[in-house]
Amino acid sequence: MATKQEIEVQNKQEVATAQEATRSARYYVPYTDIHETDEALSIAMEVPGVAKDGVAVTLEKDILKVAGQVDFSNYEGLEPIYTEYEVGHFQRSFSLSNKIDQGAISARVENGVLHLNLPKTREAAPRRISVQ
Amino acid sequence: MMTTGMRALDALLDLQRAISASRGSGWFGSTTTGHGTFPPVNVFRQGDDFVLVAELPGVEKEGLDVQIKGRRVRIKGTKKVEFAEGDSVHRRERRSGTFDRALVIPADIDGDEAKAEYRDGVLALHLPRSDADRPRSIQIS
Repeated sequence: MATKQEIEVQNKQEVATAQEATRSARYYVPYTDIHETDEALSIAMEVPGVAKDGVAVTLEKDILKVAGQVDFSNYEGLEPIYTEYEVGHFQRSFSLSNKIDQGAISARVENGVLHLNLPKTREAAPRRISVQ
Repeated sequence: MMTTGMRALDALLDLQRAISASRGSGWFGSTTTGHGTFPPVNVFRQGDDFVLVAELPGVEKEGLDVQIKGRRVRIKGTKKVEFAEGDSVHRRERRSGTFDRALVIPADIDGDEAKAEYRDGVLALHLPRSDADRPRSIQIS
């Protein structure tokens, strides 16, 4: 087959929360890739419409919470007439199995993708086990 | 302060409802435009003009090609998802590849005045209606 692969459309999923949300607006689940190296976990999340200052990342008790706020002021004066996708803020959490060095977490947003680098603490770095 | 905050939230929910209500509306009529092709688009009315919005997270501006010819709009490009070699993968949900979508706007567009803006992974195309197609008030005598 040709190497040029066409992209399939992915429908946005609304965030299903266990507890009733205090805000009535709808939140969506960002598509996410998670990779691991010996030193760190690296996370890439698709958050189109979210600028640098719209991102909030917290790590508490090994639960990583990421929220991305879309700037809705861009939609002022616009009246939808034909739509194919939903628009809303993004929100997602992961429970991490690695011990993360919280102070060393770094984040950047580029073209609507949030990149997070979560360095592991030293005791969490893998040990190679020799096979006898 | 409280009221402005509440009003902003209401405005957001109103927008979200309006977007849902226009899902797959018949606006494109009998043109060849159909949904299900990447990237999905939302079309808005702004006065007499149109704004077409598409989410393209991870696409670089240089990798994006937008063409307008008559009523036909073409959005093509490449969406890359890059990985470092030797990484182990926990989760892979993002899609990558090429896209090339054609849309036929059911109104005359002034292509020379059209503008494209790309920011934070969102493409916004401002499509002004051509003067000939602009609605005008009729004097009633």
